[in-house]
Amino acid sequence: MTQLTPVLSAHWDEKDSFTIAGYKRHGGYDAAAKALKMEPDAVIQLVKDSGLRGRGGAGFPTGMKWGFIPQGDNKDHYLVVNADESEPGTCKDMPLLLANPHVLIEGCIIASYAIRAKYAFIYIRGEVTHVVRRVQQAIDDAYAAGHLGKNIFGSGVDLELVLHVGAGAYICGEETALLDSLEGFRGQPRLRPPFPAIAGLYARPTVVNNVESIASVPAIIAHGAEWFSSMGTEKSKGMTLYSLSGHVTNPGQFEAPLGITLRELLEISGGVRAGHQLKFWTPGGSSTPIFTSAHLDTPLDYEGVSAAGSMLGTKALQIFDETTCIVRAVLRWTEFYKHESCGKCTPCREGTWWLVQILRDLESGKGSEADLEKLLDLCDNIMGRSFCALGDGATSPITSSINYFREEYIAHLTHGGCPLDPHAATVFASAKAGV
Amino acid sequence: MAFTDKDLQVMDSIINRYPRKRSAIMPLLHYAQSRDGFITSDGIETIAKKLDLETAEVSAVATFYTQYKRKPVGEYHVGVCTNTLCAVMGGDEIFAGLKDHLGIENDGVTADGKVSLEHIECNAACDFAPVVMANWEFYDNQTVQSAKDLVDSMRAGKPKAPTRGPDVLQNWKETSAVLAGINDGHANEGVQAGAPTLLGLNISKKGARG
Amino acid sequence: MSNEVVDMITVVIDGFEVSVPKGTLVIRAAEKLGIQIPRFCDHPLLDPVGACRQCLVDIEINGRAFPKPQASCTIPVEPGMIVKTQLTSAVAKKAQEGVMEMLLINHPLDCPVCDKGGECPLQNQAMSNGQSDSRFEGTKRTFEKPIHISSQVLLDRERCVLCARCTRFSEQIASDPFITLNERGALQQVGIYEKQPFESYFSGNTVQICPVGALTGASYRFRARPFDLVSTPSACEHCASGCSLRTDVRRGKTLRRLAGDDAEVNEEWNCDKGRWAFKYVTAADRLTHPMVRNASGELQEASWPEAIAAAAAGLQKTSAAVLVGGRASVEDAYGYSKFARVTLGTNNIDFRSRISTAEERDFIASTVVRAKTTYRDIDRADSVLLVGFEPEEESPIVFLRIHKQVRKRALKVTAIASKLSIGNEKLSANFVCVAPGSEATALPSVALTAQSVILVGERACESAGLLSAIAALAEKTGAKLAWIPRRAGERGAIAAGAIGNLLPGGRPVADASARVDVAAAWGVTSIPSSLGLSSDEIIAAVNKGTIGALVVGGVDPLDGENHHEMLEALQKAFVVSLEIRPSAVTTLADVVLPVAAVTEKSGSFLDWEGRSRNFEAAVVDSLQRSDVRLLSMIADEMSKPISLSTVKAASKEFASLGNWDGAPSALSLTSVQTVSALQANEALLTSWRRLLDEGSLQQGEENLAGTARKPVVVISPKRAASIGVTDGEAVRVSNSHGAIVLPVLVEAIHDDAVWLPRNSRGSHLLATFGVASGAVVTVVKD
Repeated sequence: MTQLTPVLSAHWDEKDSFTIAGYKRHGGYDAAAKALKMEPDAVIQLVKDSGLRGRGGAGFPTGMKWGFIPQGDNKDHYLVVNADESEPGTCKDMPLLLANPHVLIEGCIIASYAIRAKYAFIYIRGEVTHVVRRVQQAIDDAYAAGHLGKNIFGSGVDLELVLHVGAGAYICGEETALLDSLEGFRGQPRLRPPFPAIAGLYARPTVVNNVESIASVPAIIAHGAEWFSSMGTEKSKGMTLYSLSGHVTNPGQFEAPLGITLRELLEISGGVRAGHQLKFWTPGGSSTPIFTSAHLDTPLDYEGVSAAGSMLGTKALQIFDETTCIVRAVLRWTEFYKHESCGKCTPCREGTWWLVQILRDLESGKGSEADLEKLLDLCDNIMGRSFCALGDGATSPITSSINYFREEYIAHLTHGGCPLDPHAATVFASAKAGV
Repeated sequence: MAFTDKDLQVMDSIINRYPRKRSAIMPLLHYAQSRDGFITSDGIETIAKKLDLETAEVSAVATFYTQYKRKPVGEYHVGVCTNTLCAVMGGDEIFAGLKDHLGIENDGVTADGKVSLEHIECNAACDFAPVVMANWEFYDNQTVQSAKDLVDSMRAGKPKAPTRGPDVLQNWKETSAVLAGINDGHANEGVQAGAPTLLGLNISKKGARG
Repeated sequence: MSNEVVDMITVVIDGFEVSVPKGTLVIRAAEKLGIQIPRFCDHPLLDPVGACRQCLVDIEINGRAFPKPQASCTIPVEPGMIVKTQLTSAVAKKAQEGVMEMLLINHPLDCPVCDKGGECPLQNQAMSNGQSDSRFEGTKRTFEKPIHISSQVLLDRERCVLCARCTRFSEQIASDPFITLNERGALQQVGIYEKQPFESYFSGNTVQICPVGALTGASYRFRARPFDLVSTPSACEHCASGCSLRTDVRRGKTLRRLAGDDAEVNEEWNCDKGRWAFKYVTAADRLTHPMVRNASGELQEASWPEAIAAAAAGLQKTSAAVLVGGRASVEDAYGYSKFARVTLGTNNIDFRSRISTAEERDFIASTVVRAKTTYRDIDRADSVLLVGFEPEEESPIVFLRIHKQVRKRALKVTAIASKLSIGNEKLSANFVCVAPGSEATALPSVALTAQSVILVGERACESAGLLSAIAALAEKTGAKLAWIPRRAGERGAIAAGAIGNLLPGGRPVADASARVDVAAAWGVTSIPSSLGLSSDEIIAAVNKGTIGALVVGGVDPLDGENHHEMLEALQKAFVVSLEIRPSAVTTLADVVLPVAAVTEKSGSFLDWEGRSRNFEAAVVDSLQRSDVRLLSMIADEMSKPISLSTVKAASKEFASLGNWDGAPSALSLTSVQTVSALQANEALLTSWRRLLDEGSLQQGEENLAGTARKPVVVISPKRAASIGVTDGEAVRVSNSHGAIVLPVLVEAIHDDAVWLPRNSRGSHLLATFGVASGAVVTVVKD
């Protein structure tokens, strides 16, 4: 049985965990001070050696990303932290920042030093006022403590850190859309190449990393690459935050080595809500093809999930039991993609518009089985045809759900609507049942 | 109402955060919203002038992001998550209940101007589902009744405090100023984490002790 | 840039090898093979965007295939690349059909009433690359249709495919981001800011490059189907930029004009004036019959032989001179030039129907005739200096060309002027602010090299000593120099010798061998040897009684500072007027000969580079004749033939004369004037013509006029404070002749200066003040 490994979350249970004093009580900012005494390239090497991979979904090796930044090019470099956490089901970065914003700031200091950036930005989604407050306060306190600004830690290194608050656009989680948004444009994805490492923010070399990735860096500096890589699996090293939500007895955050299984997490946490059975789940948010109970033992690391036909994504484990209508769930996600499509490319803009109409008909029992083939064919025309991954993501719930639950789609047609009671799926239903 | 010299100074300080001034457009829009409650033509034109942009360039940005409102919202803007997970867990019932209770539709505002309603997308609090946001503060684990009580408290002028947020719910304009990057001094209020956030940690500690 | 070595890359597309320069996009490499990959957002002159996804193809490089189809409009060729388009890849074909189907789901089925129908890339490519049936059974997106985004451009959002060509054009090419993409997702739409219409001088290009009927021009809406139009390649008559155009005519009437393709000149763009200002040709008051003043002093319709005879008789009686405006074609100007020398026996001819000086005439003969600067030199320049020249207002394609380099490689632009213009702001120009008349004093401060380009406008002559100082500067630094007049005919008129000090081909009148040259070619015994008078001098001579007759072609007396004198002269002299519409000249003329407008005749202009811009008659059944034919008839009647009975003959003879290869005349330095001290409330006038104003060739096109920049008086903050006005308040500018009252705009302008548009609504400087620049006026709050 895999054990939980609280590192990032180790001190979240202390009331003042988010303050600079609370953070320093457990050695906060010591790693930054240590890193600033190393050569920047040595810091990059250490992160490479740790095997840390991006926690935002794609799993790209963090140290390698840093290594792509050209050195000695006499250009400004930038670090941009992607805190635009908006993928449905994903809820790890916001509680992390609420409970401990300083670990991100310390990570920013180390990463900026490594890539020779004198300016760093945290792009946070705008719909989380109190998290914004906490991060802003933490930045202010870090400046006051001399950890940000000129000559930080007396090292001669300068770093400005700016919190940039978004305004409601899922697409800004896509790194090039995020950069356009940060530059003051509509958040629409950019052509790649050039990649951000060569021409990112203001067309300068830029690293864009997820909150959890950067927040993992101080511990790696403090405890070493070997410590980190001793956790996890062969190609997916370290600990990470798994977020369990939905029809479970105890939803919440679980910090565990990569490779833990859903079966283990359910056992640790208390299982699917009492009296019900697992029907389907997402391994990493709504853009990752859904899994069923057949995938309970799939190792939740980059390779394991991928081999089983989905993606690790953000490790957003949304659990749905047998009371949940698959068509309703998929329609709602599809409406989300339609709402969040930036509009730049045809397949995503027009395709999601069309998909929603077909799914609405299907949910209300209109249409025919041929519509399922049309849906699949449309998905084929969107997947890999759209400008960025948002369009691809929009197809994941549809294709995977038809794969596993074609019968249920058809049942809507024969039943003349949804055969399930939506109320039965609510938390109130289970509460009333006295469970 | 024209922007005052003081407003313009605040805008300059926002612009000065960035290496290139166009980057300030989003916080400036939040700031304009904190002044006027929504994005007015005055706001657009003032920002365009400040950033040496055409007004069309500013409105192009303003209309892309859903948090920038084109018309007034309530003093307390209530968002009910109806993305799949929250919807299934009860968000749909809460949203329907609030519409009924307030007598307004999606994007509507109550006649007293106190409460506006919007169904929102996933707000990164799925382990607290169903989630309601008010002025983008977390109201976790809501029920139809708790949500009704919440909006009633708003209309009575004494809004209930957020689950994970400041001691007192700030109004819409005050909130917009926070999003413009203006520290309102409430960061240290409220819990550091909700129970689900600590679940793994607590289980781990129990295991270590046991 | 043929002298540069270009790396060639060979790729295989649909089984065929093609070699293209490094950096070429796959979609264009395919074009070279004649393989048409469907596309909407792609445009060769805009940055790749990859938005519409219509051009998806399968690509592998050195055996490694991309996992998914790639947008061929965004990917440059690479060695070892194998491309499979819709012709050879089922995946690419399905991807393209899928995208096309999605583009059509929200597209209205209003092709039968859409202006674009018949020439619509969406319609055409849906036929060539789409499926015959749609599977869409849902609800289409609807918008209010259409909406005016300016008085000239309408937007139908339902038809829009969001390719962003228009918004990218506005931002990247014109630097007028007044239209943008707004909203997002399926509701994304092109739009303006509610209070700022799409008033760009280049807005018409967006209508032309729109791949659907989303953007239409108000003047052409519902007028014709493309297949009913007869298209003729033509050249623009409005300015010296030299745009190649296409003129579309239906039943003898010009319905629209489009920018033509010419990579060397206008690329694929033109300005809105060139596109839309052509209604003057079909104005109700067009002159259609010759007229002769009868015994009772009234103009009366006459037959052609009567009118020609009357003209000849009048001209024969006395010494005559020629005033030909700056809008004549090369062939017509050549006709006037030869007519003056051969038939009238005089060098008294001047095309400069505007403010002009002797210094300018010397500058033309010494410098302009030798200038070989081109658009390509702007492309290669290390810096560009603008003097007495506002490219956006006075030669818009020059503006676009400079802007292209500013955007591409931050080309350094310096502008010496009294007021910072909108155009120069868009060029990020270094604005060297001088008092009107003091431009020459700023020249030494500008660093120039042999790679630099100096562009000087016709207004430079309004500042004494400036032209000669510029010529000297160019000589000293080796910088390339170009003189850019406003009017399309001026450079050609110089080449044709329609000026008193030059014979055709830049031959100096003063040079005996040049005269012998021309006399021989023309088969006459001699050419008059005395230098001809300038326009102003000719008018003075008429009023003094030493000249008794005038041949006037295309001249507006109000374009000069001496219009009172000119009107007096027109009254005094026997006047033969060649015109297209009634004017102050025809009213006073003794013989009026209607002539063809540019769309009704063939011919050519020389653009500012000296490059020939040919045009054919777009309206073939026109009864109107080119000036040169009428002049030839008068000359015959006077028994001093010029033998140019057709445009072709004129063109041929002019070409055979060739250019002067002898020494050009030298230019002597004219001293710079000192500016007089100003009293309180006095300012020095500075002005230029806006591109869109009350020029006579823009008449009759209200939709276009609606997009003109609003007339204002511009003063500096210091002056605004001293007279106590703020933006928008009325200011009165006056001199002893008259006054103009307009709203004020407080901007970057020299403290001693006041700027007004030269010929806009409510601001006709020459008519009101009798001067347009450099003079002292009084500026007070109204």
